[in-house]
Amino acid sequence: MDLVVINLIDGLVTGLLLFMLSSGLTLIFSMMGVLNFAHASFYMLGAYFAYQISLYVGFWPGLLIAPLIVGVLGALVERYGLRRVHQYGHVPELIFTFGLALLIEEVVQFIWGKNIVPFDEPELLNFALFSIGGNAIPAYKVFMIFISIGIFLALLYVLTRTRVGMVIQAALSYPRTVEALGHNVPLVFMGVFGVGTALAGVAGVIAGPVLGTFPGMAFLLGSIVFVTIVIGGLGSLWGALVASLLIGWLTTFAATSTFEFASLLTAIGLERPEDLSESYIRDLWTLSLPQIGPILPYILMVLILVFRPFGLFGKRDV
Amino acid sequence: MTDTTHKSAVSTPASRLTLGQVAPWLFAIAFLVLLPFVFKSNAALTIMNQMMITIVFALAYNMLLGQGGMLSFGHAVYLGFGGFMCMHIMNAVEDNGLPLPLPLLPIFGGLFGLGLATIIGSFSTRRAGTVFAMISLGIGELIAACTVIIVVLFGGEEGISGDRTYGLPVFGYEFLQQIEVYYVLGFWTVLSALLMYLFSRTPVGRMANAVRDNPERAEFLGYSARWVRFYSFCASGFFAGVAGAMVAINYEILTEQSMSATQSGVILLVAFLGGVGFFFGPIIGAIVFTLLQSVLSLYTEIWQLYLGALFLATVMFFPGGLAGVLMMHVPVARLGKFGLLVMPYIKTLLPALVSVIGVSALMEIIFHYRHAPPGDEEMTLFWVTFDSHNLLAMLIAFVVAAAGFWVAKRNSGELRNAWHAANTPDGGRA
Repeated sequence: MDLVVINLIDGLVTGLLLFMLSSGLTLIFSMMGVLNFAHASFYMLGAYFAYQISLYVGFWPGLLIAPLIVGVLGALVERYGLRRVHQYGHVPELIFTFGLALLIEEVVQFIWGKNIVPFDEPELLNFALFSIGGNAIPAYKVFMIFISIGIFLALLYVLTRTRVGMVIQAALSYPRTVEALGHNVPLVFMGVFGVGTALAGVAGVIAGPVLGTFPGMAFLLGSIVFVTIVIGGLGSLWGALVASLLIGWLTTFAATSTFEFASLLTAIGLERPEDLSESYIRDLWTLSLPQIGPILPYILMVLILVFRPFGLFGKRDV
Repeated sequence: MTDTTHKSAVSTPASRLTLGQVAPWLFAIAFLVLLPFVFKSNAALTIMNQMMITIVFALAYNMLLGQGGMLSFGHAVYLGFGGFMCMHIMNAVEDNGLPLPLPLLPIFGGLFGLGLATIIGSFSTRRAGTVFAMISLGIGELIAACTVIIVVLFGGEEGISGDRTYGLPVFGYEFLQQIEVYYVLGFWTVLSALLMYLFSRTPVGRMANAVRDNPERAEFLGYSARWVRFYSFCASGFFAGVAGAMVAINYEILTEQSMSATQSGVILLVAFLGGVGFFFGPIIGAIVFTLLQSVLSLYTEIWQLYLGALFLATVMFFPGGLAGVLMMHVPVARLGKFGLLVMPYIKTLLPALVSVIGVSALMEIIFHYRHAPPGDEEMTLFWVTFDSHNLLAMLIAFVVAAAGFWVAKRNSGELRNAWHAANTPDGGRA
C-alpha cells in the first residue's frame, strides 16, 4: 500500500512535468499547425541557463530568469526562423524544428560539454518533508508538484478568463476574422510560441536537478512528449493533461512492478525449458515489466492511433 | 481532343530510350567501376562503401519525403530490420551450409524490409503530413527500443555479427577482400538506383507526386490517396531493406545503432541537404555528407555543430538543397549567360568563404578554451600553433570573420543584379 502511494506521488511528478511540456506544445500546434520538434530542446536550455545562473546568484533567481530568456529565444525563433519557413508548408516547418533541435543539442555540447553538469536542488528544499512506510519524500518533489499545478491553474485562468486568452482562443479557430477585428495575429502567434517555450523552460529548471542536466535530456523526454500529445489528441489541452498523467503513472508503476512474463507463460500452460538458449521465446521467459516500462507509452500510442486516430480528447483532424 | 494530343506528346519520349536518358547511368556505372583504380587505399574503399549504402538508403528515404511528401522520423527501422535478417541468413548459411551466394543477400534484405513496411504502412499511411511523421517517430522509437529487449532477433546490446565468406563462391570470389565487397555493393547501388528511378516514372510513382501535392484532387480523379501512399511506403521499405543488407555485407555486424532514431535523423539530414526535389538530390547529399563526416571529423571535434548549422541554413534559405541550387543554374546555362555570373560569384563567395573560416576558427578557439584539459593551452589551427587563451587569436579570427562578411554583404547586390541579368533572355523582359 505504501508503495502504491509513493508510486502515485512519483507518477504525479512525472506526469505534471510532462504536462508542462505538452501543454505548450499542444497550444503551439493548435495555433500554427506545426509540431515544434525543438520543444524539448527549450526545456533543456531552461535547465542549462538555470544552472549557469545558479553558479552566480543561486537557484531561485534562475527559476525566474531562465524561463524568461528561453521564452524570448523561442519568440525570436518563431519570428525569424519559423515564419520564414512557413511559406514552404508544414513539412519543411517540421524539418526546420528538427534541425533546430539538432543544432541546440550541439550548441549545448559546445558550451557546456558532453557530461552531466552539477546542477543541484536548492539547499532550502534539500530535506525529507515526510515519509511513507520508511520511504522519505523529498520536499523538492512536493515543490515540483505545487509549481506545476500553479502554472496549470494560471494557464487555465489566462486562457479562459482574460481578454488575451479570448483573443488566443479566437485566433485558434478563426485567425482571419480575428485579424479583421484589428488584432495582430502574427504577434499573438509569436507570443504563444514564446510562452509555450518559456513553460518548457520552467519545466527544465525544476526537472534539471532531479533528472540530471545533460545534452541528451532533450531527446530523452522529447519523444515522450510527442507521444503524450498524440495520445491526448493533437491540440487538446485537457487531452494533454490526461495523457501526461496517464503516462506518468504508467511508467512509474511499470518501473517498480515485479511482474515477470514467465508467470504469464506458465499460466497459459507453457513449461519453462531446461536450456533457455535453445528456445525461440527465451526473451519472453526472462522479460519483466520494468524492462519494457520505457516503451509502454509507444505501445499505447500505436494502439490509440490504430483504434482511435484522433487521440483520447482530440476532436479535429490534422 | 487537345487532351489526347497532349497525352501522346507526353508518352512518346517515355517509350523510346534516348541517349540523354541512358548516358547518366552509363557514366555512373563507368565511374563506379573505375573509382577503385584511382583510390586504392583501404580507407578510401571504406568511405566509398559507406557512401554507396548511404546513397541507396537516402534514395529510398526520398521516395517517401521527396516523391510522396511523407516525412518519416523512423526510417532506419526498415534498414535495420532488413540488415538484421540478413545477418541471420548469413549465419544460417554458415551453420547449415545453405547454397546461397552472398551477392543475392540484398534481395532478402529488401523482402524483409518490404514485409515490415507492409505491416506498419497498413495503418501509418492513413494520413500524410504531421500525423504520419508522428506515427513514424513513435514506431521508430518502439522498434528501436525492442532491439535491446528481443535478444533472439537483434542480439541485445552487442548486436549480431557474422561472416560473409561462407556463402557460395561467385566466379571463384569469396569476398574476403574489401574490393570484392565494393563491387557487390556497387552493383546493388546502381541496380537499386535504377529501379527507384524507374519506379518514379511508373503511374504509381507519378500518382505519388500528385498525392503529395494535392491529395484531394487526386481522390477526385478516382485514386485512393491512401493506397498510393501505401505503395510508395512499401517500395521505400524494400529499398531501405536492400541498404540494410548492404550494411550487413559490408560491416558483417549490425547493432541497435543502425536502427536508432539517430540514424533516422541522419538520413533525413542527408536527403534534405542533397535536395528532395530532384531524383539525384539524395545521391549528392549522401556523397557530400559521407565526405564531410569522414574528413571533417578528422580535423575537428565539433563537426556535428557545423553540420547542424549547415542543415538549418539549408532548410531556411535553400529548401531545394544542393540539387536545387545546381538546377537553378540550368536556365542560365541554357541562355548561355553563365559568364555573367563568374565574376560576381568570385567577388561574393570568396569573402563569404573567408568569413566562414573566420567564424569556424573563432568557434574552435572558444571550444578549445572551454574544454581543453587544464594546462593545455596550445592549439593548432590551419597549420598555425598558438595559445588558445590569448585574446589576440580570438580577435584575429573575429576580424577575419567580420571583414569577410562585410565584403560579401557589400558585393551581394552586384551578384543579385548579375543573377537577374543572367536569367533574362536577350531582348525579353525580366
